[in-house]
This record gives sequence, structure tokens and C-alpha cells, in this order.
Amino acid sequence: MDKQSSPVMVQVINLGKQVTTGDSALTILDGVSFTVKAGEAVAVVGASGSGKSTLLGLLAGLDTPTSGSVHIAGEDLFSLDEDGRAALRARLLGFVFQSFNLLPAMTALENVMLPLELAGARGAAAEATALLDRVGLGARLSHYPKQLSGGEQQRVAIARAFATQPSLLLADEPTGNLDAATGAGIIDLLFEINRERGTTLVLVTHDLELSRRCGRALRLAGGRLQS
Amino acid sequence: MTRFVADLALALRLLARDWRAGELTLVAVAVVVAVASVTTVGFFADRVQQALTRQANQLLGADLVVSGDRPLDAAYAAEAETRGLTVARMLRFPSMAGVEGSSVLAEVKVVTAGYPLRGDLRIADQLHGADRKAEGIPQPGTVWVDERLLSRLGVAVGDSIAIGNSRLPIAQVITQEPDSAIGFINAGPRVLLNDADVAATGLVQVGSRIRYRVLVSGEPREIAAYRAWITPQLGAGQRVESIEDARPEIRSALERAEKFLSLAALLSVVLAAVAIALAARRFLQRHLDACAIMRCLGASQRRLVTLYLTQFIVLGTVASLAGCFAGFVAQHALALWLGTLVTVELPEPGFSPALHGVVAGLALLIGFALPPLLALARVPTLRVLRRDLGAPSGMGWLGYALGLAVIAALIVWKAGDAKLGGLVFAGFALAMGLAGVVAWAVIALVSRLGGSGVSWRFGIANLRRRRLASVLQVVALGIGVMALLTLTIIRSELLDLWQRSLPPDAPNRFIVNIQPDQVPALQKFFAARGMAMPELHPMVRARLLSINDRPVAPTDYADDRARRLVDREFNLSWATQMQRDNRVVAGAWWGAKPSRSDQFSMEDGIARTLGIKVGDRLTFDAAGSSFSAEVTSLRKVDWDSFNVNFFVVSPPGLIERYPASYVSSFHLPPGNLELLNALVKQFPNLLLIDVAQVLTQVQTMITQVSRAVQFVFLFTLMAGLVVLYAAIASTQDERLYQATIMRTLGASRGQLARANLAEFAMIGVLAGLIAAAGANALGYVLASRVINVDYAFSLALWGIGIGCSLLGVMAAGHLGTRWVLKVAPLRVLRLLS
Repeated sequence: MDKQSSPVMVQVINLGKQVTTGDSALTILDGVSFTVKAGEAVAVVGASGSGKSTLLGLLAGLDTPTSGSVHIAGEDLFSLDEDGRAALRARLLGFVFQSFNLLPAMTALENVMLPLELAGARGAAAEATALLDRVGLGARLSHYPKQLSGGEQQRVAIARAFATQPSLLLADEPTGNLDAATGAGIIDLLFEINRERGTTLVLVTHDLELSRRCGRALRLAGGRLQS
Repeated sequence: MTRFVADLALALRLLARDWRAGELTLVAVAVVVAVASVTTVGFFADRVQQALTRQANQLLGADLVVSGDRPLDAAYAAEAETRGLTVARMLRFPSMAGVEGSSVLAEVKVVTAGYPLRGDLRIADQLHGADRKAEGIPQPGTVWVDERLLSRLGVAVGDSIAIGNSRLPIAQVITQEPDSAIGFINAGPRVLLNDADVAATGLVQVGSRIRYRVLVSGEPREIAAYRAWITPQLGAGQRVESIEDARPEIRSALERAEKFLSLAALLSVVLAAVAIALAARRFLQRHLDACAIMRCLGASQRRLVTLYLTQFIVLGTVASLAGCFAGFVAQHALALWLGTLVTVELPEPGFSPALHGVVAGLALLIGFALPPLLALARVPTLRVLRRDLGAPSGMGWLGYALGLAVIAALIVWKAGDAKLGGLVFAGFALAMGLAGVVAWAVIALVSRLGGSGVSWRFGIANLRRRRLASVLQVVALGIGVMALLTLTIIRSELLDLWQRSLPPDAPNRFIVNIQPDQVPALQKFFAARGMAMPELHPMVRARLLSINDRPVAPTDYADDRARRLVDREFNLSWATQMQRDNRVVAGAWWGAKPSRSDQFSMEDGIARTLGIKVGDRLTFDAAGSSFSAEVTSLRKVDWDSFNVNFFVVSPPGLIERYPASYVSSFHLPPGNLELLNALVKQFPNLLLIDVAQVLTQVQTMITQVSRAVQFVFLFTLMAGLVVLYAAIASTQDERLYQATIMRTLGASRGQLARANLAEFAMIGVLAGLIAAAGANALGYVLASRVINVDYAFSLALWGIGIGCSLLGVMAAGHLGTRWVLKVAPLRVLRLLS
């Protein structure tokens, strides 16, 4: 796909986030602006405390900014209320977290089925089985998260993230809790599926190696975007 | 609609997953135990109450009696039969019965087949012969008489006696009548006659003093419906009565029995509610992450609430049904067990306790789950990125408000008595509030004091850090232990007090109609037999004419009892001392030196029935002249003390000038019938009323209720254990995590175990303290306000309460957290990451 002519998937304009602790205000993000086109893979890099995770949370509408706006596929995220944002997430977004965030009371299959079930999709089990097959866990469908290794749990999380065929995938340090070899395997898998499905990817990491595999890297320092 | 069905299906799938993963077990167990205890008590109380009432009805010979001084409308009996009730008819009238040369005034009772409908009539083949239960009534052409008639007339079985125009042979000796205790007129020797023979006697004529009765028995609901049907039809001189109307002693004993049983039910409701509250809270706390993730996956707040609420409703319904079933099985076991101890036949339980159980279970679950659930739906979605974003607000004290409201509603509903329900709930609410404050303060104080030893400090630090959770745990456990103490120690003390209020030598005979000039002779009579002279009470019969100069008539009152009271003469008495079993509830008693003589002290119940208050002026008519006085006090009378008591009492100086007789009550040792015969022979005008059967009845009821309450206690104990487990489980995840960190940092298992023990010991002592204080207070309130006995504060209660609570919490806490110390730290970290 020609990225120059692709539509804009993410547009961030002058985004700022401040939190007040006691009587002092702390600026976490300050005047951040950028765009991500459909099909692009963008890394957000920076040191701990540079505001990476806050930015990702704002992109997902999990938190509200102090100033600025975020448009996802042309929709102004913060003109929606909390439930509106939840509906938008259901329609457009997929997530992969550093700490996997699988539900402990559900099996691997049920974890992947959950977003499909919430969306009221038919054939959730078949779709989820296919995805787990794709991530190499076809034989572990009925295992609970605690019976799976960290790498396996992250594979389940990836399968879950792609279950609703999102247009935008947000990943927060997806290899942060994994050893190097396992992490590399996970990243390979993430990029493969991303390519297959033409998903736009925004990935937060402090791993420079990983950021190089993305088409572009946005560097955050002290809440500001470095050029 | 399709969305609804889809959500329902999804909720059920989520429920199945949570159930399989064991997340719901504690909630389900709490609901099952709650509902099982409520329904067992319900089913059982229902059956015991039915049985007690039926047993008490033996004294009436029926469940309901319609009576009148003229022949009763045939429609009364016909309607009862149409309603499927069992019916018998009876006439009673005084008549001379005799043989040549001597006759006595006897009480003739004419009965139809089926009499008595409740209780047994016992007969013997000859005087002082072995008696047996009578099958049926006298054959036409024969009579049964009691031993008094035989001895007065000097006749034997087989001899004939004359009654009116008839001469009938005596076939059997009556040794016991079920309904002998009813009414003041059964003084004469008894003749029992078949209805078929009454016409031939020629005694039933216009103007005869005949009391006509229709006896009815059947299912309580049908009886109530029949009573409602007949009450408006009754004409002048007619009335309908059940045992409660006839004997205030039974009425008051039945009421107390019901209060005891409902108290047991209430306490198990409270305990179970605490267990449900803790379990539901734990479930929701463990689902914070799930909620955040589902929000992240696009579920709206409303959808989450719908999904989880559906889960809770389905779970609550299923668990409640299971609890109902368990309750049903348990009460059958109870009935079997009790059946070996008590001769009373238990009627089948009604269906309503099952419904009550399900409603109670669901209401409690939703009441305690809904507020935290609503808060849960608002969980910050950002929690998926930042775990440190904790539980949303609304999970604190306020979150329990709805649940508390549900408990209050259930208590008032279950008590069936706003006063008892209000007292119990107020007691619990006050205790909880106080307990919370005390626990909060003590934890603050102890953590400030510090102390030596790393384990102790760490244990106390735990309490302080989780202060709200700790206070909740202390309060929950405290209520649990308090309910247990109330049910065990307080219960047996209260039952003891109640039993002692009715000693074995409680009066079982009343003597009525003692003339003033007979008093010295009567004193001599008792002294000659080495017996203390029973206390004599003067009595003047008078009719109530007006209240505050407004004339009263029976038709002024809608209430049946009020009509009868106004219709009849009151028994008035005078006294300077108030009787021991009386208690002033309004106004003041006049004391040893009354300031004026025109005062009345009225029994509270009757004053209420007639709408009389302190300050009202009553005018009575005695022997054609009237007198008035102001009501200056209202008294509660302990009717089941079996002492002579009066509805209306005045100070000396008001009514002495009217014709008076004396009334007394005394205890006749069993088998001492010779004394009765001698008494009647020397004072033929005296009426002797045998209340021995009523007395036995009340004593039996007390015993039966005690046993029933003991069984119910087992369920309360179970609920208490669930509370304990739930309280410990609710902090287990946190303990696990913390213990792991500590061990990683080099703490030994011993240190951690001791820290846990220190914490549990503190919780145990605090809970025990609160429980003992609460149980003592509750016991006092129940004793003085509900059961009307004096309550002695128990020191042992403090020791037992604190000791049991301390040991129980430490043992359970240790067992519940032992495994936390054994799991490999790495496993825990992975599990909780």
C-alpha cells in the first residue's frame, strides 16, 4: 500500500496532560502532535517516566487529556463520553499489554472469545480457535492463564487483540515481562499478523532494537516529542 | 430484545466460567447457608407454631368456637362444612341431676359425634379405675359423668340418674375433659349427654340458661377465613373465640414462643447477611481487573452492570433454591428428632417459608452486591496500564447502606412485629456503629503504642494499613460472635428466666366467689391442712358505662374483643400495693398512701383495645349505682404467671362499699383431690377453676420452644463459620502478595506466621469484646422489653465471648493463611503479576 496516499488513522493535536499532586502540578505530556497513517507501524520510545504509557492510554481513550485532541479514524475521541469511547474501542482498537491482562478465571480460548462475545459476534469459538492456532497455541485452548508460561500468555493476548479485527493495534511494552528470546518470538508474531491484516500499529517500548523494526519512531523526553 | 437475550447468554457463560474457576463458591455457600437457615427456621417455626396452637386448642376442644345464648343459625355449621372444616355441636346448661332422695346442680354438656375436635376426652369404667382415651361420645340413652357427681350422689357406674324428664344409666366416668379450663362456669359436676337424648329431657325451653356452641376445626388458613366470614354475621349475645381469646395465659405464652423462634430466625438472617456481604465484596474486588479489561475491550458501564447483575441474580436464585431444599430436608430431620422427644404431632409445613427464603437470599445478595457493583463498573480503565489505580470509591461504608436497609426490612418482616424487629435491628445497628468506632480507635491506639518484636509490629501495621478493612472484619466477626453468644448463652438464660417465671408450684387452681364472711373459715381450713393461706383479692363486678362522660356501647367498637368487654361486667379490685408481676407502662402507681381514692389503674392491653389513655375518666355501674375515677396508670400484666390479676384496680376507698367477693389462686399438689372435695363440701358456693391443664400446656410449650431453638442454633453456628472464613478469605490475596514480598526480602516463615497471628489475635480480641458487650445489651433489652423478665448481666459472657473469639479467629486465621507461607514466592509473583 502506498503510505503517502493512505488515510490518517491517528491524529494527535497539541496533546497535554498534567496531574496535580498536593499543591504542585506535574506535566506529563506537553504539546504533543503527530499523525499515523493507516497501515503504518510506529514506535513510541523514551526513558521511564517520559510519558510513553500516558500517551498510549490517551490514544486508547483510557484517560482524558488536560488539553489537545486525539482523532481515531477521523473521530474526535474526547468529544465522546466514556461509554462512547468504549464503543469506539470495541469497533476499532486492539490492545497488547506488558502484563498480558488475561482474565484468570477464563481459559485461553475463553479469553480470546471474550471481545467477540462482547461484540455479539457469531462463531466466536471458531474464530478464537483459528487465532490461537495462528499463534501456535492450538493445543492449549482449555488451559488457564496460570498454566501457561509468560510467552504463551502474551500469545493469547495477541490472539485476543486481533480477534475483533481492529484497525489500530496499541501495544504497551509487549516484551517487557519476557526474556529476550521469547520476546523476539512474540515480536515476530506480532509483526507477521500485523502485516497479514494490514493493521496500523502503535507500539510503546524502550527497546531501541524493537523500535527499529517499526517504520518510524517517535521519541518522547520529558513529555515532549523530540524531532 | 435480541441484545437482551445475547447479554443473558453471555452473562450465563461468564457465570459458568467464574463458577468453574471457583470464584463464586464462597458467595454461593454464603447464600445457601443464609437461605437454609432462614427456611429451616421458617419451615420449622411455621410447623411448631401450628403445632403449639393446635395443642393449645385442645383446651378449647376445637380450633374455633362460635357460641351464643340462643340457638345458632344452622348456616354457621353448614358454611363450616362447605369449607371443608370439621364441625361438632354442643349445648351446655346447668340442671339438677339426681337419684331418689338427693340431687346436685350439675353442668350438663350435650354433644354430637366428633366431640372433642381437639384434645382427648378420657374415661374409666369405674370410679378410680384406669382411664383411657374415649373413642366417641356416650351412646344414645346413656350418660357419662365425672367423679364429683358420683361421690356427691353416692352412685356408681351402671346406676341411673334423673336429668329433667329422662332417667339415664351411667356408662362411664369422665376423668379428663379437654375443654374444662374454658370459661368461669364449669364449676358444677359434669354430665355428658348425647345430642340425641336432649329433646327427651325437656330441658331445652325458651328462657332456659343454655349456651349453644358450634365447634370447628381444620387448617389454620381455612379457620381464619371462616372466622373472617362469620364475625360480621354474629348477632347479639353471640361470639366467636379461639384459644387466644379464651385464655390470656396461652395467648401470652404463644406470643413469647413466637418471639423466641423469630429471634432465632432473625439472628441467622443477620449472620448470613454478614457472610454474603463479605463474599460478594471479595468477588467484586477480584473482578476489578476483569472489569477494566472488559471496559478496554469496549463494554460500556451499563453493559458491565447488566452482565454482572444478571450473574448475581441467576446465582442468587439457584443458590437460594438449593438453600430452600437444604432447609426443607433439615427441618424434616429436626421434626424427626423432635418427634422422639415431644408427643405433639407436627403438621406439614406451609409453602411460604420457601418463598421467604428465596426472597431473603436474593434481596441480601443484591443488596450487598449492587453498590460495589455499580462502583466496579466505574473502575478506571487505565487500570489495565497502571495496576496501582485502586478500587473505585463507593466500596466503603456507604456501599453497605443498601445491604443494611435490606437487613432492616428482612428483620422487621421476619419478626412480624415492628417492635421486636425494630429493637433487634436498632440493637445491631447501634452495636455496629459503636463497634466500628471502638475498633477504629483501638487500632489507632495500639499502633501508636508500638511494642517490641518485629512480628507484632508488622501484624499491627497490617491492621493499621488496612484500617477500614480491618474495622469491617472486626465488626463482621463481632456481629457473628454476638449472634452466637445471644443464641447460646443469652438464649438459655432467657429461657431459664422464662421457665423460672413459671415455677413448678405456680398456682393451678383458682377459687372464685369467696364471700367476705367466709374468709376466717377458709383461713382455718388451709391452716388445718398445714398449707399457707393463699392471697385473697377483693373483687367487685361492674359494668363500664362511659369514657369521659361519653356512654359506651358494644356497637361503638369494630373489634370483636372490645365489643365483648363492653358487653360484659368487669372484675374490679382495690389495692395499695401493685402485684409483683405487674409493671407500669404509663402514668404512675399511687403507692402506699394514695393522694386521692378516685383513681384507676388499667391493664395496658385492655386499655388499648378500648382506646383508653391515662387521664381518661371512666364511669362504672355496680349494683345499680355508678362511680367515676380517672385512669392514672396503665399496667402490663404477666398473665402467664397464673396469679390472680385484674383489668381495673383502684386505691382503697372507692369501691369497697359495693358488694364484693374474694378471688384467690393456689397450688394444689398433684393427686391431692381429697382437699378439693373437702373444700367444696365445706364451702358449697365456691367455684373452683382448674387451670392445671393450661399450666402444663404453657410449661410444655416452653420446653418445646427451647428444643426448637437449640436446633436452629446449629444453622447459626454454620453461618458463623462462613462469616469467619469469608472474613479471612477477603484479605487472602493481599496477604499472599505481601507475604511473598516479605519472604523475598528475607523474612522467615516463623516471623510471618507470628505477624499474622498477632494481627488475628488483635482482631479476635476486639471482635470478642464487641460481641460480649453487644450480646449483654441485646439480652438486657430483650429480657426487659420483650420477654418481661429481669435480666442479670453476665460476667462469664465477657470471658467466653473474648476467649472463644480470640481462639476461633486465631485458629481459623492460621489455617487459612498457612498455605500462603508454603507457596514458593516465585509462583506467587507469577500468579499475581
